[in-house]
Amino acid sequence: MSSDHSHDLPFWKKYIFSTDHKVVGIQYTVTGLLFLFFGFCLMMLMRWQLAFPSQPLPWLGQFFHEKTMVSGIMLPEFYNQLGAMHGTIMIFLGVVPLAVGGFGNYLVPLQVGAPDMAFPKLNMMSYWVYFIGGVIMFCSFFLPDGSAQSGWTSYPPLSVIANQGQTFWLIGMVFLITSSLLGSINIIVTIVHLRAEGLTFFRFPFFIWSQLVTSFLLVLAFPPLEAAGILQLMDRVAGTSFFMPSGLVVSGQVLQASGGGNPLLWQHLFWFLAHPEVYVLILPAMGIVAEIMACNTRKPIYGYKMLVYSAIFLGFMSFLVWAHHMFLTGMSTKMSSFFQITTMIISIPSVIILTALVLSLWGGSIRFTTPMLFAIAFLPMFGIGGLTGLPLGLTAADLHLHDTYYVIGHFHYVVAPGTIFALFAGVYHWFPKVTGRKMSEFWGKVHFWLSFIFINGIFMPMFSMGLAGVSRRLYDPTQYAHGLAVQPLNVVISYSAWLLALAQIPFILNFFISIFAGKKATDNPWEATTLEWATPTPPGHGNFLTEPKVYRGPYEYSVPGAQHDFSPQHLEGIN
Amino acid sequence: MSHSEAEIRKHVRVYITVFIALAVLTIATVLASYFHLPLKQAITLALFIASIKATLVAAYFMHLISENKVIHSILLLTGFFFLLLLLLPAMR
Amino acid sequence: MSDIAIKHISKPHPVTGVTNGKLGIWLFIASEIMLFGGLFSAYILLRTGSPSWPHGSSVLNVPLATLNTMLLITSSVTMVMAWASLALKNVGKFKFYLGLTILLACGFLIVKSFEYGTKFEHHHFPSTSTFYAVYFTLTGLHVLHVIGGIIVNAYYLFPGSKMWETNPEQFLCRIENAGLYWHFVDLVWIFLFPTLYLI
Repeated sequence: MSSDHSHDLPFWKKYIFSTDHKVVGIQYTVTGLLFLFFGFCLMMLMRWQLAFPSQPLPWLGQFFHEKTMVSGIMLPEFYNQLGAMHGTIMIFLGVVPLAVGGFGNYLVPLQVGAPDMAFPKLNMMSYWVYFIGGVIMFCSFFLPDGSAQSGWTSYPPLSVIANQGQTFWLIGMVFLITSSLLGSINIIVTIVHLRAEGLTFFRFPFFIWSQLVTSFLLVLAFPPLEAAGILQLMDRVAGTSFFMPSGLVVSGQVLQASGGGNPLLWQHLFWFLAHPEVYVLILPAMGIVAEIMACNTRKPIYGYKMLVYSAIFLGFMSFLVWAHHMFLTGMSTKMSSFFQITTMIISIPSVIILTALVLSLWGGSIRFTTPMLFAIAFLPMFGIGGLTGLPLGLTAADLHLHDTYYVIGHFHYVVAPGTIFALFAGVYHWFPKVTGRKMSEFWGKVHFWLSFIFINGIFMPMFSMGLAGVSRRLYDPTQYAHGLAVQPLNVVISYSAWLLALAQIPFILNFFISIFAGKKATDNPWEATTLEWATPTPPGHGNFLTEPKVYRGPYEYSVPGAQHDFSPQHLEGIN
Repeated sequence: MSHSEAEIRKHVRVYITVFIALAVLTIATVLASYFHLPLKQAITLALFIASIKATLVAAYFMHLISENKVIHSILLLTGFFFLLLLLLPAMR
Repeated sequence: MSDIAIKHISKPHPVTGVTNGKLGIWLFIASEIMLFGGLFSAYILLRTGSPSWPHGSSVLNVPLATLNTMLLITSSVTMVMAWASLALKNVGKFKFYLGLTILLACGFLIVKSFEYGTKFEHHHFPSTSTFYAVYFTLTGLHVLHVIGGIIVNAYYLFPGSKMWETNPEQFLCRIENAGLYWHFVDLVWIFLFPTLYLI
């Protein structure tokens, strides 16, 4: 079965328009990584303006069009474009496609013991729809007025009266949402229907559980944003007033619109998606971390069932907290009390997961491999990100902190050193399975330590800046006196960001060189237990040589009386 | 689905009955709208009839009445979040 | 195409009791419910927040919409009859009913275009008022779903029906799933009709 049936297929069918989940997964991963890097580049440009307001960008400045930079000095419009697109690209084109599209596609069929996804053609389509969405977003930079500039949240009425780039943003989003829907339906059906014989739900690796919950969130939370996107598109293209209040005055003139709309409607629909979206970002990361920790501590995950129940509860509760992003919109105290309570409740399952993962380290014989380093670093980083979120969930503190750099620091700790570190861990961990070669451990560790230092250099000072009251979307942070005092921190952050970029060079080189020259990997180089390691390396078309059967739970490491310290799921009897 | 022939013939009779019921309910809701009831009653009545029609379509045409538990649970979950979404205008 | 065997395409899964396609289409419908949920929610919010809202029947054409409701309900019953005929292995009848479904759907579109046409003639556009914005957006999106259904059904009527020769079981599943989608489109209209036209 593994003998390549696709051998005789032409190149474009085998690697470009492929229906094989592994190829689609790799496509998603590579595209996602490229977009992550691109989104990071946008941010590095912004960091110049923030550290050295209105000073010309040295050397690079000359390559920019005069509508974006005048003799190297960034224009406010361009700054806004960079900010809006950084958020959009990182979330919708980088992390989600990488976590759900890349890792989900590659690993879900392997870990449940399936030959492919349930709907292979739909799978291919979901990638290409995502790709089109990405192209539309990318192309919007080359519009006469540039790309969207109303922030990744695109709040109306500002976004409705914004430039043409916003229309592209909305159309791009419709494509990305459609792609996510197709992909997540595929993942759910694959998990529920194509699991191997004996693989009951409570024998799933935690990664599978996290993908299952994530996919349900995508199926149920994304459509309301699609609806909101369509309504905003109508506002912009057909002149409706879904989000436009009556009598809006823009630059001294009353806007010609029928009026009667409600800008808050957008915020409700947007956050109805965007809060579950946070868990779409974090759950797959937790799944990856759990896999890597079990394998590298050589012992079962502590409280596996508790992890599963927490993930499900987290998914469910994530629908009930969205309005904590909107405390400052004049909501009644009754409503805000409700959302403060739900917000405090939702932190409980996150803490359970984090605690269980920390306790998993207890008494393990830890192998400090590169993926394990990233996975261990995920724990305190996500912890900081999560705990700093609590003050934002309480109105009294949120009043002061809302829309400041504190918020930026908070959610970046969750997503950047949290999720992205977990994704790096996943890349290092599964690289041998995908390519048949290992990545260099030495350069991996260099990459880890440099990234770890600089990423904290970026986000830790943001908390101080936020507490000092610096607003998150300021073009010139020295504009107000209270910003001047903390301006040196901006310089620290900017240098950290640029150094972080340099710290990715070992990763990029390691990644590409290892594909061709890395140490050859065996089928199960980490001596792990889950099903993906039961395939040949790299897995051929159809994945498994013989249909796998599952005899035990996912994390049976160091079973007393066993010959080895790992007992793979697919082997019968004590191994 | 593997249904026996007799079963399907029975189904067809049900489909026709449901169709007639749907047609009658459509006419009823249109006629009711000509009475110009007060807004609250009008909305309640119209939504009530629409819900009956929707239930008929979902139960018989979409076979939900004999569908498996997994589909029911997905719809139950969706229904909960759908209601939450409809409650959204009340949040201010 | 590759020849790897994916399970449960036409045989139901022993635990869930449904096929892959059916689970998939129901998940898709679940997402569609949330999509229209968002739109209905917007409608309710805008209507309750507005000082005055026109009575649907005073500005929209109720007889035409009633006709359209009848067309869609009929097309729903012909769709389910098409499936039943196929289950009875009567391909001729199946094609007749599926063709009828497509024709009725086209009829719906024609009536709709007349309705839109008269609105445009009277200079009633989506930008006229929030009521018209809601009306055009919701019905327009529903029309897109109808067009999608016509394309799917037309595919199964002509090129897709070849599968009946090679894999009748899977083809029957496909028709059932296409039907589920089509009934959902009908179901959305069942709610759109009274909420937009009658109250």
